[in-house]
Amino acid sequence: MIQQIYTGLATIAVGVGLALLYFYGSNWLLDRLLPQGGGDARATRNIRLAGAIRPWLFLGPAIFALGLYLVYPVIATIQLSFFDAGGTSYVGLANYDWFVHDANIRAALLNNFLWLLVVPAASTFLGLVTAALTDRIAWGNIAKSLVFMPMAISFVGATVIWKFVYDYRGADQTQIGLLNAIITGLGGQPEAWIAWIPWNNFALMVILIWIQTGFAMVILSAALRGIPEETIEAAVLDGANGLQIFFRIMVPQIWSTIAVVWTTITITVLKVFDIVYAMTNGQWDTDVLANQMYFWMFQGTPDFGRSATVAIVIMILVIPIMVWNIRNARREMEGH
Amino acid sequence: MFSIGGRKSPLVWAVHLSVLLLVLLWTLPTAGLFITSFRTADQIAVSGWWTAMSSSERNQVTRLPDGPGTQAADGSYTLSGTVLPHGGRVVAWGKTSLKPKAFTPGETVDMGDGVRMVVQANGSYSMTGPKALDGGGRIFFTAATPPSFTLANYSKVLFANGMLRAFINSFTVAIPSTIIPILVAAYAAFALAWMKFPGRALLLAVVVGLLVVPLQLSLIPILRLYNNLHDLTLVPDKSLIGQLIDLSGLGSHSDDGTMVGLSSKSYLGIWLAHTGFGLPLAIYLLRNYMVGIPRDIIESSRVDGATDFQIFRKIILPLSFPALASFAIFQFLWTWNDLLVATVFLSHQTDSLVMTAKLKDLMGSRGGEWEILAASAFVSISVPLLVFFGLQRYLVRGLLAGSVK
Repeated sequence: MIQQIYTGLATIAVGVGLALLYFYGSNWLLDRLLPQGGGDARATRNIRLAGAIRPWLFLGPAIFALGLYLVYPVIATIQLSFFDAGGTSYVGLANYDWFVHDANIRAALLNNFLWLLVVPAASTFLGLVTAALTDRIAWGNIAKSLVFMPMAISFVGATVIWKFVYDYRGADQTQIGLLNAIITGLGGQPEAWIAWIPWNNFALMVILIWIQTGFAMVILSAALRGIPEETIEAAVLDGANGLQIFFRIMVPQIWSTIAVVWTTITITVLKVFDIVYAMTNGQWDTDVLANQMYFWMFQGTPDFGRSATVAIVIMILVIPIMVWNIRNARREMEGH
Repeated sequence: MFSIGGRKSPLVWAVHLSVLLLVLLWTLPTAGLFITSFRTADQIAVSGWWTAMSSSERNQVTRLPDGPGTQAADGSYTLSGTVLPHGGRVVAWGKTSLKPKAFTPGETVDMGDGVRMVVQANGSYSMTGPKALDGGGRIFFTAATPPSFTLANYSKVLFANGMLRAFINSFTVAIPSTIIPILVAAYAAFALAWMKFPGRALLLAVVVGLLVVPLQLSLIPILRLYNNLHDLTLVPDKSLIGQLIDLSGLGSHSDDGTMVGLSSKSYLGIWLAHTGFGLPLAIYLLRNYMVGIPRDIIESSRVDGATDFQIFRKIILPLSFPALASFAIFQFLWTWNDLLVATVFLSHQTDSLVMTAKLKDLMGSRGGEWEILAASAFVSISVPLLVFFGLQRYLVRGLLAGSVK
């Protein structure tokens, strides 16, 4: 264990050293090979040439890492989705045919659809409400901090926390899970939430909503504060009440931010894996695409072709958001 | 806005109440598990965590010692002792399981055959009879135990369940996975923000696009790549290169043990993977921040003859500290909390599991043992929570800058 700490520290030192050596070394070498002093025609040409090369020295490692870990895998995964379990022989559209007809995949798709419908909407709405309310009170910042806190907790940690909330004992026993204790306290019957088809899906979604609301709140709170005072004052003069001002004056002004929050959470939902994997591993009709992808990668009989196909479908679902993001970013960058 | 029009108080109360409700909803689940992590398995099993602060009542049964008991000067026999060797308070007691709460503490009860028995509130009892006593009978009682908390769960998970090892493994994964992308991204972001070259706009668009690529897509190709790398670098473990690989800690042996090659499941592999996955956000965040640095500062140092490299090191890097900090926090939280990448790229042997993987394991193998799960969960989320409460300012700033507007 101690050796591991030493190895870790040594590798950090070596890694950082190598990176710095690369950046210093390559720049030094460039200046050496293309001397830029003297002021003659040769120096001018060298300055221009060095100026053209230097950006690529700065970008080199990043382009390499992005290419290796993100761009190449996208292409390789597309290719794999047309190959068999071991990734060796071409099988055409067989994997996609399987995807369309498989009952488990259909169940996972349906659940994913539910998640997409519920989680972004609920998180954004709760985040907006929390942002609006906490901006009005003295202890708002403490409240914000506490609602934001789950953001720092891992999905697995959050799953343990909520599994305890959902804990179920037989009706004749003392309930130690908060939810069942409240329900029996009110005279109801305890419920095994995690196995309660199909409502258990919502029990899992609550965990992600619990985590993401803080994110939505932080972004929307900043947007609400950016609304020009005059628009609100004008509405007040026209006799609008608090709710009217909120929904008719403030919310329309932050539509673009709401859209950003919504899409960001949508992407998180599409990738959601840990919660389902740790809580049910897809049992009791709670499977989702990301868990199916993992299932075909490692569990049961691994099938890289099918796993890759599921990954491609997740990617296809993300593409519209990706295009929209790029267009927005370009529009924003034109300002610079 | 809710205070408009002079009708302030009822609405303000409603706001306070709803925020309070929200905060309770958002903190109670965590608080519950936190309190549970300090309770013993017995306490957890019989009562909810919300009762932990009050004393708990529990029905118990004890067996009296065998007779005949000690004989006093007057010829009577007495059996005495305590039903509560571990402390607590007797609330009620009884002689049959049907009526376990028949008597109050201190009450003298006729047990038949002239035998009398008293159980005191502190648990001590005495049974007195004219002849030798049979003993061995059972006493039913309800005991109240005062609230008590223990650190035993934590020492158990840390030292007996391997959580300490997982803790160190998580740090080993998270720290280099945070530092390496910062270094790489800072230079790239500077080039994208302040250097002119053909293809800059396209590169930026690619970075924004990669921001949302699900990392699920990368898993299989990279795993295959790592496996191939292992096979390609296989050399006899007696050879010089083999020994070097072995020494560096990056190697793993082939199945028959005679060959050694770069390990397909190593820390180096996961650091680089995390670097790749974190780069788009790092570049995007840092580039947006660097672009905001006033042009005058950079132009004037260019005029003074500073090279791009010097400008980067002496001006841009120090000024970009807030953005660097924001990204560092993000990346640290994300790599510490990650389960998927660690499951795919690290070995599944017990001593190389990271916290999240360990926790997932415990959920399966120790599903019902909440004292173990609760303490383990809090060991694993303690670090992110500290980072969160200590550096929340940077986290918020990073979130605001990182979402594509």
